[in-house]
Amino acid sequence: MLSVKNLHASVGDKEILRGIDLEVRAGEVHAIMGPNGSGKSTFASVLAGNEKFTVTEGEVSFLGRNLLEMPIEDRAREGLFLGFQYPVEIPGVTMANFMKMAVAEQRKYRGEEPLTAAEFLRMMREKCAVVELDPKMTSRAVNEGFSGGEKKKNEIFQMAMLAPKLSILDETDSGLDIDALRIVATGVTKLKTADNATVVITHYQRLLDYIVPDYVHVLYKGRIIHSGDKSLALKLEREGYDWLINDYKE
Amino acid sequence: MPEIEKNIKDKEIIERLEEGEYKYGFTSDIETETIGKGLSEEVVRTISQKKGEPEWMLEMRLRAYRHWLTLAPPTWAHLTIPEIDFQDIIYYAAPKPPRKLESMDEVDPELKRTFDKLGIPLEEQMALSGVAVDAVMDSVSVKTTFKQTLAERGIIFCSISEAVREYPELVRKYLGSVVSYADNFYAALNAAVFSDGSFCYIPKGVRCPMELSTYFRINAAGTGQFERTLIVADEGSYVSYLEGCTAPRRDENQLHAAVVEIVVERDAEVKYSTVQNWYPGDKEGRGGIYNFVTKRGVCRENARLSWTQVETGSAITWKYPSCVLAGDNSVGEFYSVAMTNNFQQADTGTKMIHLGRNTRSRIVSKGISAGRSQNAYRGLVRVAKGAENARNYSQCDSLLIGDRCGAHRVPEIVCRSRSAVVEHEATTSKISEEQLFYCNQRGLSTEDAVGLIVNGYAREVLAKLPMEFAVEAQKLLALSLEGSVG
Repeated sequence: MLSVKNLHASVGDKEILRGIDLEVRAGEVHAIMGPNGSGKSTFASVLAGNEKFTVTEGEVSFLGRNLLEMPIEDRAREGLFLGFQYPVEIPGVTMANFMKMAVAEQRKYRGEEPLTAAEFLRMMREKCAVVELDPKMTSRAVNEGFSGGEKKKNEIFQMAMLAPKLSILDETDSGLDIDALRIVATGVTKLKTADNATVVITHYQRLLDYIVPDYVHVLYKGRIIHSGDKSLALKLEREGYDWLINDYKE
Repeated sequence: MPEIEKNIKDKEIIERLEEGEYKYGFTSDIETETIGKGLSEEVVRTISQKKGEPEWMLEMRLRAYRHWLTLAPPTWAHLTIPEIDFQDIIYYAAPKPPRKLESMDEVDPELKRTFDKLGIPLEEQMALSGVAVDAVMDSVSVKTTFKQTLAERGIIFCSISEAVREYPELVRKYLGSVVSYADNFYAALNAAVFSDGSFCYIPKGVRCPMELSTYFRINAAGTGQFERTLIVADEGSYVSYLEGCTAPRRDENQLHAAVVEIVVERDAEVKYSTVQNWYPGDKEGRGGIYNFVTKRGVCRENARLSWTQVETGSAITWKYPSCVLAGDNSVGEFYSVAMTNNFQQADTGTKMIHLGRNTRSRIVSKGISAGRSQNAYRGLVRVAKGAENARNYSQCDSLLIGDRCGAHRVPEIVCRSRSAVVEHEATTSKISEEQLFYCNQRGLSTEDAVGLIVNGYAREVLAKLPMEFAVEAQKLLALSLEGSVG
């Protein structure tokens, strides 16, 4: 589904990603861990197409297409979803309206009939339930005045609405209390199918108690320096990164 | 994408947004009967005579004209106005009916597309583009039903010319009582040469059952460049009045100087909503309407007047819908969205004059500037000495799109009452890269994202418009930016 080969990216003169290789197949869950500043969020942003970063080398194919040539909105419409670490506020635009447009654009792109108002409302109610969100929330402005937990639940709600093929969740667990973490993580698990894939970026193993990864990767200084199964996350939790990164220290 | 390319791409998008051409204008070859260029006492007499006016009306016009001669155009606004030769203008032109089109098939497809995008119903599309509506649908019966409903309640809604003839007592009593010909240069000019406009009277205690729109006035077409509107809401009555429409309007006359007067008697309420979409000129700043408007209402005891405006058109806008809160406990409101693009200039705002006790006013102004346009909010809140416990709240926001436009604010507060509370808040913002990226990531194009964000920004004002109008205005705001990208 996603094939990343030797991906390099920089912001200004500073190279942040220095040769990432990653293969994600349908039905898989990948976790990307690593110390602060290793390039995890940058990797997510680059895949989504954030123009703050410049890709200097490498290839990314998504569902057989050259991802790097696609505009941001087409990546989204093809089924790539980014759960933001810091979701932005859009004053005056209700969540319902925002999602209505997003769903409509996606359907138009895929040549599907638009949903009727009733179908759309039913869908919103169903998807709110996935993350135990009060449907009333959809009449509030996008992320405006949302608590940290609400913002993250709202990201997963949007993921549920758009049913992406590949979801990249950027530190979705940060700033969540235990209950919110459980709700968000369970929500993600409910949305898992044999046809979609998830990449979770996290600092903590506790998220992986709920979202069980098939692979765990350690990103350090812009490269994946180690991969393993879910036991790697447990080991990292116990022992930290030192045993891995010693070899890479200058 | 390398940094520099990204910047170029962003710049292009923004430029294309900014240079959004006014695709929605249309000119029709209307044959007209004119009286030649220039203004003189003779011309004023001719206008009055052609309209079959009584002597008192002519006297009013002449007084205004003589006063106008002593005035010079105001220069205090933040506007660059080319010198206007007032002798180079035709002051009377009776429109002859344009050639009727047989069906919508004859209408310019580009225009039709715009109508569809704005969601204007077919029958209105026909009327606006000059299709012989009667041949297709019975619009006359709609109007007749409409008139009947109003008549049953004693509501008068007609052209001002008709009112001068049919209801001289009412017109004489109120015309010029809120905006005197001596008010300003353009008000004097309007009083001297006004071509036509609307008159509306709601009797005591009557609640007007429908939104009054100039659409429905049979002779609404071709009200001309010096429009005069007079609305009188008698004691305890209510009316919601709609002026203009989201559909594009192009006019041969570059100078427009309208006057709107509203009298809100004791316990009455008037809501006045405007959507202004006059031709703004091309993207080089050539052409476009100069819109110099004087709008004011007076509120008696417990009365309420609410102005809501969405301004997207005209090359130059000079307009300050105001409330004189003369009666105790009266309320004035002003909700405005003014959007300027390319080389448009707008200097608009309001005046809230608190005279009575416990008077309250609220100002919500949202400016949106793009291109090389200049957008100024100018407001005056004046609390007179006797206006005990007067209360004002003002909120003035500016949104900038691109980095070559200007937003300005000139709020003036004059408070002579110790017990008054006057508040003013202001913000200036830009559409952030993060907001656009977030929207893009959910599958929205940058164009749609900008439209969405702008509408969100203006929401508080749009929510004040009557439902149907609000939906159209929302599309208009998005469309004014949208039509220009890609």
